[in-house]
Order: sequence, then C-alpha cells, then structure tokens
Amino acid sequence: MSLKTETFLVNAGPQHPSTHGVFRMRFILDGEVIQDVEPVFGYLHRGIEKLSEGLTYSQDMVFTDRLDYLASMTNNEAYAVAVEKLAGIQVPERAEYLRVIMAELMRISSHLMGVGFLTNDIGAFLTPLLYMYREREKILDLFDMVCGQRLTYNYMRIGGVSQDIPDEFIPALKKFIDTLPKFIEEYEQLLKTNEILLIRTKNVGILTKEAAINYSTAGPVLRASGVKWDIRKAEPYSVYSRFNFEIPTGTKGDVYDRYRIKIEEMLQSIEIIKQAMAQLPQGDIMAKVPRVLRPPKGEAYGRIEGPKGELGFYLVSDGATNPYRLHIRPPSLLNLSPLRELAIGVKIADAMAIFGSIDICMGEVDR
Amino acid sequence: MKLNNYGEGIAKGMVVTMKNAIRAPITTQYPEKQLHISRRTRGNQLVWDKERCIACSMCARACPVGCITMATSRDENKKLKVDKMDYDAGVCIFCGLCVEACPQKCLYMASEYEKSVYSRNKLNFTKEDILMTEKSKPSGYYSPENEAKLPKQTLLVDGKTWDK
Amino acid sequence: MPIFARNILPALNSTVLASDWPAGFWSHLIIFIVILFVFVIFMAMGFIYFERRFISRFQIRIGPNRIGPFGLFQPVADVIKILIKEDIVPLNADKLIHLLAPIMAIAPAIMVFAVIPFQNGAALVNLNIGILYIVAVSSISIVGMVMAGWSSNNKYALVSAMRVIAQVVSYEIPLALAIIGVVLFAGTLSMNGIVQAQNIPYILLQPLGFLIYFLGSMAEINRTPFDLLEAEGEIVAGYNIEYSGFKFALFYLNEYTEAIAVSTIITTLYLGGWRGPSFGLPVIPVLWFLVKVFAVFAVIIWVRATLPRLRIDQVMGFAWKFLLPLAIINLLVTGAQVVFWPVLSHWVIVGVNVVLAAVLILAFSRFFRTAGDKIEA
Repeated sequence: MSLKTETFLVNAGPQHPSTHGVFRMRFILDGEVIQDVEPVFGYLHRGIEKLSEGLTYSQDMVFTDRLDYLASMTNNEAYAVAVEKLAGIQVPERAEYLRVIMAELMRISSHLMGVGFLTNDIGAFLTPLLYMYREREKILDLFDMVCGQRLTYNYMRIGGVSQDIPDEFIPALKKFIDTLPKFIEEYEQLLKTNEILLIRTKNVGILTKEAAINYSTAGPVLRASGVKWDIRKAEPYSVYSRFNFEIPTGTKGDVYDRYRIKIEEMLQSIEIIKQAMAQLPQGDIMAKVPRVLRPPKGEAYGRIEGPKGELGFYLVSDGATNPYRLHIRPPSLLNLSPLRELAIGVKIADAMAIFGSIDICMGEVDR
Repeated sequence: MKLNNYGEGIAKGMVVTMKNAIRAPITTQYPEKQLHISRRTRGNQLVWDKERCIACSMCARACPVGCITMATSRDENKKLKVDKMDYDAGVCIFCGLCVEACPQKCLYMASEYEKSVYSRNKLNFTKEDILMTEKSKPSGYYSPENEAKLPKQTLLVDGKTWDK
Repeated sequence: MPIFARNILPALNSTVLASDWPAGFWSHLIIFIVILFVFVIFMAMGFIYFERRFISRFQIRIGPNRIGPFGLFQPVADVIKILIKEDIVPLNADKLIHLLAPIMAIAPAIMVFAVIPFQNGAALVNLNIGILYIVAVSSISIVGMVMAGWSSNNKYALVSAMRVIAQVVSYEIPLALAIIGVVLFAGTLSMNGIVQAQNIPYILLQPLGFLIYFLGSMAEINRTPFDLLEAEGEIVAGYNIEYSGFKFALFYLNEYTEAIAVSTIITTLYLGGWRGPSFGLPVIPVLWFLVKVFAVFAVIIWVRATLPRLRIDQVMGFAWKFLLPLAIINLLVTGAQVVFWPVLSHWVIVGVNVVLAAVLILAFSRFFRTAGDKIEA
C-alpha cells in the first residue's frame, strides 16, 4: 500500500534575503524536489519607457542610470550609441577611448558583484563578497573622481562624455590595474578548487547550446553554454575593433561555467584597459551637438555588450524634441526565461544557486 | 584533470582567509574620522551665485524632474530679475544637468553630504537659502576653479582609509 | 521518607563530600549548580562577542566596537533587545508544544556541563560513566527542535524540522564510534580519568578519530558547512522562524551553548583538558582549559568564515559513505593497537596512526560519489 502524498506551495516572496531585489517565485514542492516554479515580477515597475516620452533626448539620460543600477555607465553608453545612430553624430576619438575605459571598469565591478553574490547565495557567509567589495570600492573611488557620484553616474552624453578626466585619474587607474590580477588570483585560490563549491555548482542547471539560443539569452549565460557570441567582436561599436582580446566560452553551461566565465572576462577587461590607456589620444571630449536635439524622422536600434548581456535601445523619432517611442531590451529579463526549465526537478538549494548564477538586477527586469 | 577532492581545495581556501585576517581592516570609524570626498562630488544642495545670474531659467528647463521653479520679471532697466526661485531638495535627483545648462556658470552643487532633516517640508528651499555665502561649500562639478580649492580625495587604492 | 532515601542520603552526606566542606551535600550541590549555570550563560554571551569580533577579522572589517569599551556590552544589548520584544504565537499553532520546545532544546545542552572537569576532579558531579552520560543526554535536544518546527504551523519550519532529524540522527553514529577509540586508549569512561590518562594528547594518537569527531560535532550543532537548517537563502531561519521574545532568546543561546559544550568535550577528549604546566597555582589549569576551549572555537569560526554550505543529500552522503566507514576502520585499528599498548612505544603508535589516517582519507575520498557523480576539478 502506498502513501498518499501531496505537493505544497511555498512562496519565496518578494522580501527574501536571497532573491536579488523584489522578485517572487512560487514553488510547488514535493518533499524537497521542485515540481513547478512560477516567477512573478513587476514589483519595481516605474514606467521608464512612458516617462521618457515626456522629456528631451538629453534629459532621458538620467533614466537610463536607474535601469541596471549596478552598471550605470554601460546603460548610458547604450542609450548614447542608439541616439547617435539615429541622428548620425560622430563621436571624437578621445571620448571613444574614455567610454571604453569606463565601460570596462564597469564590467569588472559588475562581475565582482555577480560572483560575490553567487557565493553568498551558496552559503559562504559574506567572506568572498566582502573581499570583492574591497576591489569594487576602488573602482567606485575612480568613478567618484571623474563624475562625482558612486552609483548613478550620468557621465556619458549624446556625442561624447560630459567632463574630462582629472590629472590624478590615470596614475590611480594604473595603480589599481597593476594590483588587481593578484587579488583575482587570491579569489581563485579561495574558490576555484574548493570542493564544497564544486560539489554545489558542477552539473547543476545545465543549459544546452540549442536551449540557450532558443530562449534568446545573451551575455555570460549564453557564452557559458558554448556559443561564441560577443557584440564587441560580432558588430563592433565604438573603437573596440582596435583592441585585441579574447572571448572566453564555457563547455557545459552549468553554474560552475557561468562563474568561471565571469572571472575570465574580468581578466580580459584588464587587458582592454591597459591597451586603451596606452593609446589614449588628446582632443575634444564632445562633438558639436545642438543644445536641443531634433533627430530626423526614423528609427534605430543601438546595442552594446553590457555586463549582463546585450542591452539594446530601440528609438522611434518623428522629428520632435522628445522621442516618440523608447523601448529597452533588458538582458536580465530575457536571461530569466529558461529559469522554469532549469529549476524543475532539482532541490530548492540548487534553484537558489541557479538563480544566483543568472545574475539579474531587478531594475532592468521591471524597468 | 587532477582529482584533488581529498580536501586540498578547502585547505587552500582556509589559508587565504587566514592571510586576510592578518591585514589591517579597511573600515573607517565614521563620525570621528571623515574621508575627503571627491572634488567633483554632486552633493546635497544647490549653491547659487546671485550676482552673475541673468534669470534665463535654463536651469529650470533642463531639470528632468522639475525641482526648480523660477518666476522672473523685468525691472526698470528692462533687465530680467529673479522674483522666486524655489528649489525642492526632496525631489532633486542630483544629476547636475542644471549646473551644466547654466550659460553664466553661476549655479554649483554643494560638496556636503550631511544634510538630513527631521521633517520633509524643511527640504523646500527658497532663493535666500541657497544663496552663496562664505559658509557654503561649492564643489568642483563643472567648475575647475572650485575644484582646485578643495582637498584631494582619499583613495582606497593608495592604502588610506581615513584622513590623518 | 521512602526507604531508599533513608539509606542513601546519609551515605551521600558522608562519602561524596570531603570532610572539610561546611554544610551538607544538598546545599553544596545547589550552590554549585547555580554557579555553573551562571558561568554557562556568561560564557555563551562571551562566545557571541568573540565570534562576531573574530569573524570580522576574516572579513577585513572591525566587529562591533561601539557599545562599551571594545564593544564588550554588545551581547548584553542583544539580549535586552530580544527580551523586550513582543511574544507572538501564530494563530493555528499548537500552543503547549510551542511553549515547551525551547526548553526541551536548551536543557540538555546545559546538562552536559555537569560532568566536564575544570581541574583535577573538579566537576560538578564526577560520574564514572561521564562520556556515556554526555552521548545520551545530548541527543535529546533535537526533540526540542522538531517540536518547534512542527508546532509553528509554517511550511518553512516544517521543511527545516525534517532536515534536522535526518542530519542529527545520521551523525550520531560516527560520533559514538570515534569516542569509543578514545575510551579504549584511556581505559575508563569517566571524563576526569580520560584527561588523567593523556600523557600524549589523544589528538596525536587518534588523528582520524579527532577529524571524525570534529566534523560530526559541527554537524550536530548546525554550523557551517552543515548549517542548512538556518540557511538564510533558502528557508529563512528554519525552525525558529515563528519565535520572538524570550523563547527566541533561548534558541539563540542554545546555539552557542551547544557550541561551548562541543568545544569543551573536544578539549577534554582530545587536547588534554586541564593539563598543562601549572607553576604551582591551582587556578592555572582552569586557565589552560579555557584557552584550549577558545582555540577550538576559533577553528570552528575559521571554518565558518571560509566554506559555503552543503546540500542535504550531500550532507547525508558525507555521513554514511565517508565518515561511517572511516569510523569503523578506526575502531578496529585502535582495538588492535590496544593489545600491543604496553609493548610498543607510544610514538610508534602515533606515527602509524598518522600515516594510516592520511592513506585512508585519500583512498575514501577518491571513491566518494554523490548523486552518481565524481567531483572533479
């Protein structure tokens, strides 16, 4: 005679220490194994796309800061690239190099947070996270020196960047870049061969190549599944075609590969920054753009490779000072689409590890 | 690949943690020791230089959230003057677009960060409150002459966490 | 008075107590119970403070240092904060079990301290079956945790209570087998006798046993890497999710009381208890004892600062497939060595045991599989 069991519903609610932000998951559990998961989001919706139709193009830059609030520089750059494509503006050389340096520093900072919070979700009691925060603090000091803020920078403008770097920026950046590989090696020693980390992350949440492409994921999630696709190489924007760097790819697509990809990308970013610092020319930092911009009628889609994936802005203009329609392609939301397929059949602890490895930011998911 | 699952990875990790335990902590004990913040910081208030202002209202038009309200009128020489300039620090998002838009460069951001109040209506400032005096500390955002006067920023990468 | 009391009480009064102690047996017992109780509570608060400061050093920050000089009154502030909170009982909870659960959880942890020797023969009750009493009593506290999980009428608490039963029951067996190795060498079950027999600390004579006991007791007290009971990320505080006020204070203290209990047992069994050069003063061995207890706790904190946590099926696999075979082999080898004990020098036995421990750990970890997969780097 068999026992009659029933499944029960557990709500990992909007307030939870481990969901990065206000994200709700309704699990249907059978003992410890997940039968079904339903993600519910929208708790942080602020109506950015509609609000931006009421402001001019240069004023919309402040909204893009607040999308993925952990990687503001790349959001600004994506919007600037989209508007420049629409209006046909050419950005001067020095501004392009400064944009590259800022974007790569932002990528290092965001990946440090991503790896740190992954280890926090798995259970290491804040220790790797605080080590990585120390390096991120140095990056935030550099950003503070340039534009005055630590989180929402509003640094890039349509046609260039807003201010030139002060004199003490390059020596501080050089000092930081020289010491960073040693710290990354320390993190590797702490985490890469740790048996408990291996046993929690290997073969957990495997996303196959075909599934990753079908679910339109992008960024580290896609590259960890074995697809060699990076917009900086496939469709180079800005001056990325002048640097040589590699694109690390994973083999299996499990949580461990996604973590390794982030560490490798940080090392590649260090290479790009070194080359950009060596090639930095003198010149203007902003093109001649009218104070109130009226782009010609038309539409444009500008995209960049952000730390979390492909961030794209789709702009439709009808010749006025305000955009007619602004649509954002959020990488975090589309990277969450395979969550249901990955989470069915595993235990709750694994579901939290999978969720942490996709590395989302709720500001982007809900906009 | 070498199978090292007899605990070597764990031992290496514990060596790293012990190495970090011997380093000096990077905490700053806040009210007693304060860091020098950035010279271009976008602080908590606006500072307005009244003599240079020509009452063009470009700052109010550039603001994305509408926290500056200006009312101007012409005086006897047919020059514009400012009647009312209300600045709501509770709505302001400290983006700095108003500072950038001013053609006379008479608006600055403050370089202070300790301006908490106990009730929300104390954050509505009139034009007398944001006037530039000796006590107000304008920051170097978009103004190189103010930037040169402020002390250099303490950087963690230099190994300093507080000022001596 | 009943017959047995009439016979036993005069015997207790005359034989157990030394002749120069004033007052009778019962007043002596009551006073020392109170002293021991206060000592345990203060040590628990001291451990809370020590843990927060020490784990902050690993995380390159300073711990609490504002309340009192060097932050020494921080645990006092914590306890006051917990005590003045409102005591909320959920609507559909089982009220009697909800009330009894914290008491059931903390009482056995304090009872363990009755047989720990602080000095030569200075335990509250110098039982001659000391270690057997400890093993028997310390298993009762999981009943308290299961009562807490069940009576809270909350799914998170129920999941946690089921996990705690599985984990604690599985780790009892390697623990008991490791203790038997020590008892074989010492020849007595009494705690004081075990300390007196340690001319070489048993950590050298039984490295494998020490490792098994250390890992097993970390699993018993729910510390990282086995702390999936209170995994913040998944089930948000486990079985004490519906407790607040004084009952939560008891659970919170219970965690640290169990940690002290485990540290003192490890010190007594493996590190030589109160033994150390005494410089003539009778209070110095007590200080040696406390130093060793803090050293063991420091290692437990170090492990907590570094390692992530395991999943429940990996925890069970570790107990049954790794620790249990090693414990059985350890027992057999120790039994064989005790036969040759008077003949061979002790350092030969130390050498043989260390080499054997290394070989066994390598061999067993190579074969350790979990969920059908080998761990590869």
